[in-house]
Amino acid sequence: MNIKVMNVVLAAVTLLFSANVFAASPIKIGALFAVTGPAAFLGEPERNSAEMVVNEINRAGGVKGRKLELVVYDTSGDATKAVQLATKLIKDDKVVAIIGPSTTGETMAVIPVAERGRVPLISCSAGSKITDPVKKWIFKTAQNDSLAVGRIYEYLQKTKQTKVSILTVSDGFGASGREQLKSQAAKYGITVVSDDTYGPKDTDMTAQLTKIRGSHSQTIICWGTNPGPALVAKNVRQLGIKTPLFMSHGVSSKKFIELAGDAAEGVKLPSGKVVVADLLPGSDKQKKSLMAFVKDYQKHYNTEGDHFGGHAWDAVMLIKNAVNNGAGSAAGIRDQLEKTRGFAGIGGTFNYSTTDHAGLGKDAFVLVEVKKKDWMIVK
Amino acid sequence: MQFDQILQYTLSGLSTGAIYALIGIGFSIIYNATGIINFAQGEFVMLGGLFTLSCLEFLKLPLWAAIPCAIAASTLVGILFERLAIRPLKQPTPINLVIITIGGSILIRGLAMLVWGKDTHSVSPFSGDNPIAIGGATILPQHLWIFAITLIIIFLNKIYFYHTISGKAMRACSYNRRAAGLVGIDVRRMVLFSFIISSAMGAVAGIIIAPLTMTAYDVGVMLGLKGFCAAIIGGMSSGLSTVIGGLILGVLESLGAGLISSGYKDAIAFIILLLILFIRPQGLFGKSDSERV
Repeated sequence: MNIKVMNVVLAAVTLLFSANVFAASPIKIGALFAVTGPAAFLGEPERNSAEMVVNEINRAGGVKGRKLELVVYDTSGDATKAVQLATKLIKDDKVVAIIGPSTTGETMAVIPVAERGRVPLISCSAGSKITDPVKKWIFKTAQNDSLAVGRIYEYLQKTKQTKVSILTVSDGFGASGREQLKSQAAKYGITVVSDDTYGPKDTDMTAQLTKIRGSHSQTIICWGTNPGPALVAKNVRQLGIKTPLFMSHGVSSKKFIELAGDAAEGVKLPSGKVVVADLLPGSDKQKKSLMAFVKDYQKHYNTEGDHFGGHAWDAVMLIKNAVNNGAGSAAGIRDQLEKTRGFAGIGGTFNYSTTDHAGLGKDAFVLVEVKKKDWMIVK
Repeated sequence: MQFDQILQYTLSGLSTGAIYALIGIGFSIIYNATGIINFAQGEFVMLGGLFTLSCLEFLKLPLWAAIPCAIAASTLVGILFERLAIRPLKQPTPINLVIITIGGSILIRGLAMLVWGKDTHSVSPFSGDNPIAIGGATILPQHLWIFAITLIIIFLNKIYFYHTISGKAMRACSYNRRAAGLVGIDVRRMVLFSFIISSAMGAVAGIIIAPLTMTAYDVGVMLGLKGFCAAIIGGMSSGLSTVIGGLILGVLESLGAGLISSGYKDAIAFIILLLILFIRPQGLFGKSDSERV
């Protein structure tokens, strides 16, 4: 009789525990960031932001009672490694969504893996061809470089500075920007009078700038990521070139101002709104999430939250919203992502649809100018 | 207008060339004393710049104190490298030594990445950065520092190798190690000296170029390779030939980038290297090796 009671109690207890285990299964999200290597300025803030927001969500109780589990792998900016790690995330870790990679080159390599594995990929890199043409499983949170170019050209058309010289870096980011700069020129009445390139590790661009000086253009547009553009700005100052200098959103971080020093003064560039969050009017829909992000990042990591970390933040929040709307499996999350409308994130306001997996419009960029070592919005 | 442009290219090329020359001489000194090509030479350049940065930012030393400290620190790394990686070798075959120096350079680079991070850092120029106009071209005060310091180093080198006992002993080692050992020169000590001088020179090169190009843990790779090209063009001599080789390389690279295409800047340096190796492997100024049978 005692043994029978014991058995019943044992059975009840076991059932209770197994019920707990069932309810608490976490939602596994994979992440591929270039935390080390040449793209570390992208991957590190992205990883920091992603971890920060996942911890926050979990502390608030998770999503629909389930915790989020973030599995981060470091790709070092290497496309081959990214492909291997993506396969690992899908096959071994069995994630339901992947955030990243940080660069366009890696993303293009990982796309077939995500499509074959039928797992939604939310990339944090800017290349337009990631979502153009639209691929069923692939999304991105970073603004298209075509939008950035459009922003600059719009301003130049307005101020009638239509003869431009372009100076682009010879890597994926620069090549994509160059393509955009050339293809969109006619639409805004811009003529590209000279087209030069520089290597990512070059230490002296005076040769290219001397040639640009001789071409009598009205604007110089430099498209690259640190440290190249900082050197370009310094060389421009050295050569005494007075032509206005525009940069890409690749340098929309305080690091550029730090590296270029006095030479950064007066440089204009399109940037995500996060760097000028405190200067935005109160009516701006994104201001609330932007200020929260900047404050949080500062608290956790002692440095300013930037444009790049925002991409990962947006990706995690998009997945959270998808799960909140009832999705649990990879396919379900994909479907819900596609239905996202009006999500005011860090990069802009996201509106995905079956024909648009990039989600952002012109409001994603704001033209800023460097004044007194800080950012100012250009009207 | 064209002339102004060419003048600008030439001036920029001369200053980069001076840096290549300093690095190239570093290669040549070690090669001449030991027969080793020290592929870690580029890393000493990197260390010079980064140590200066640390001395300025963390120890808050003034510039004139930070520079000797940085040179001393890089030289210390050079000595450790020689002692721990080169000297213990029982079978110093060329291939072993090449592999060890390449491995050493990767190690130093990795440690630098851990200590200073992956970021690029800027160092303030020695005497401001107001451009100076020469003809229709402009250079910065830092370029003048580069020219001046390179000349001084070349001069000191000349004095050391031709007018001091240990310099002459090192030259003796480069002509014939066996014979030098037989007349009582401590060949192993000469190896150590050659590393000391090369790492110090590399550090100086890194320090004077850091304000212009900013410094990071991986600047040593390209600079080292281009310095190596300069050394090859100069025929691996530790004197004027390598300097001229470096200057030629810098100017041709700059002219090529400006007049032909900027995307091929690095390619031009390496094409020159390949041409020299194919056509005149002893360098532009070297005498061809001949063996008496």
